[in-house]
Amino acid sequence: MTAALALGDDALVLSHRLGEWAGHAPVLEEEVALANIALDLLGQARMLLSFVGDEDQLAYLREERAFRNVQLVEQPNGDFAHTIARQLYFSVHQHLLYEQLAAGESEFADLAAKAVKEVAYHRDHAEQWVLRLGDGTAESHERMQRALDALWRFTGELSEPVEGLDVDQQSLRDSWLTAVASVVERATLTLPSGPQSGAWTAGAGRQGVHTEPFGRMLAEMQHLHRSHPGASW
Amino acid sequence: MAAVTADQTTQRTAGTADSVDAARTAAFDAAVAADDRIEPRDWMPDAYRATLIRQMAQHAHSEIIGMQPEANWITRAPSLRRKAILMAKVQDEAGHGLYLYSAAETLGTSREEMLDKLHAGRQRYSSIFNYPTLTWADVGAIGWLVDGAAITNQVPLCRCSYGPYARAMVRICKEESFHQRQGYELLLALSRGTPAQNEMAQDAVNRWWWPSLMMFGPPDDASAHSAQSMAWKIKRHSNDELRRRFVDICVPQAEALGLTLPDPDIRWNEELGQHDYGAIDWTEFQEVLKGNGPCNEQRLDQRRTAHEEGAWVREAAAAYADKHAARTGTAGTTAQPVEATA
Repeated sequence: MTAALALGDDALVLSHRLGEWAGHAPVLEEEVALANIALDLLGQARMLLSFVGDEDQLAYLREERAFRNVQLVEQPNGDFAHTIARQLYFSVHQHLLYEQLAAGESEFADLAAKAVKEVAYHRDHAEQWVLRLGDGTAESHERMQRALDALWRFTGELSEPVEGLDVDQQSLRDSWLTAVASVVERATLTLPSGPQSGAWTAGAGRQGVHTEPFGRMLAEMQHLHRSHPGASW
Repeated sequence: MAAVTADQTTQRTAGTADSVDAARTAAFDAAVAADDRIEPRDWMPDAYRATLIRQMAQHAHSEIIGMQPEANWITRAPSLRRKAILMAKVQDEAGHGLYLYSAAETLGTSREEMLDKLHAGRQRYSSIFNYPTLTWADVGAIGWLVDGAAITNQVPLCRCSYGPYARAMVRICKEESFHQRQGYELLLALSRGTPAQNEMAQDAVNRWWWPSLMMFGPPDDASAHSAQSMAWKIKRHSNDELRRRFVDICVPQAEALGLTLPDPDIRWNEELGQHDYGAIDWTEFQEVLKGNGPCNEQRLDQRRTAHEEGAWVREAAAAYADKHAARTGTAGTTAQPVEATA
């Protein structure tokens, strides 16, 4: 069940990061929107992890090296532009991926058919904000560009093959690039250059090799559960 | 429609200003007496308007500041189910804040103005949110006791004389009751769990009980706004009446939970058909209101910081909306505030 774990961890970890925004968002409507997206992702994570085993054991009792999420989703929130850049890169990918899965006949078809509606909304939310920030003020333009550049190197991993996931990686990669390039251009921004992944950049999350902030995130997430072994909540 | 509308009254040219005022006041009083709803375009006494703005802004601010003590546990929730429930709850609170700001805006204030006043310490929020959430059980205690007290307070507001407020409360109370049951269920799981969990639940109830009783406000003989608010049917019951009703509800619930309330003086009063309870520490209440509670500074700081650090985002959205409107040649008609599209 490598694929369910990979997709489930992506959703679980990104949901957690978005949950960190609660009470800190720039405007009340974003409190609602970010929590809403976080909840959708948590719902997806719970279903995917349940394919593999007990959702709480998997979420709370695995160590860092056993998590299979891409490194992109574990990146800290940064400023609002960083969060939005991360949302753009991931939600466009997830939307395209779930569209393919929903159209296929794998064990993920049903889940993807439900989730694709949620993810279309996440994607729209991210795209709208990239447009507003990119084509807003000089400051927001600069921040949005910086965020897109900073997270670019984590995007290559999105289109790496996942064991057990029957999708057309090439078309996924092409569609992703076309979609992201289009939004970035409309937002008067520049598509980042440079490697999307590689030995010294990123790309080993699926193998359980993560970035440093991830360990602290897990420490916080798992602390209470681990402090009471065997308890139910 | 209830009272005479502003338009109608200004068209009445006969009579002096005094007699117009007297007629408006009489129409307003009659509408309130008949349990009609006062609507935004109706004439209303300035003091009624000011009281409602004060109360509704404070109510909205409480929803927003109230997100903080609970959001404090989102990243540490001990199961994915509990985490989802908590996230949904905090999201609901932001939504309640939005309803209430909108309802208050019908009185001629704006969300921006209210937030500025909150940030400047010129409008208040509920004293309860100045207490810290120290353990996971606090999330349950807030649901059971704090939301329980809020519901006891707010259900009568569904019949408040001001229409927009009453309608907002109908929606809010439905969701609050759901949160309250979830909080109770969280505590039940803990009290029936391991000894450590049970102890955690009892400790949380011990810390939240008295602050929850303070949510009903000062005792009736010391409540500055009560008499007028009751005459206007903004309030329907006195602080002490609601507080006692809450105690009566909580005592059997605590028993069912297998937890005790930290008040040795609670006992059933056969004669009055209600519970007696111990004395509230009003000094503590006054200190918290004055800004000297455990988390007053922290709560306001976080709110101000979120607002200040978000300024560039709001400016960007406004600039984008302007550009977009100019480009499509619809300036002034389609320039929506960013909030509407987010």
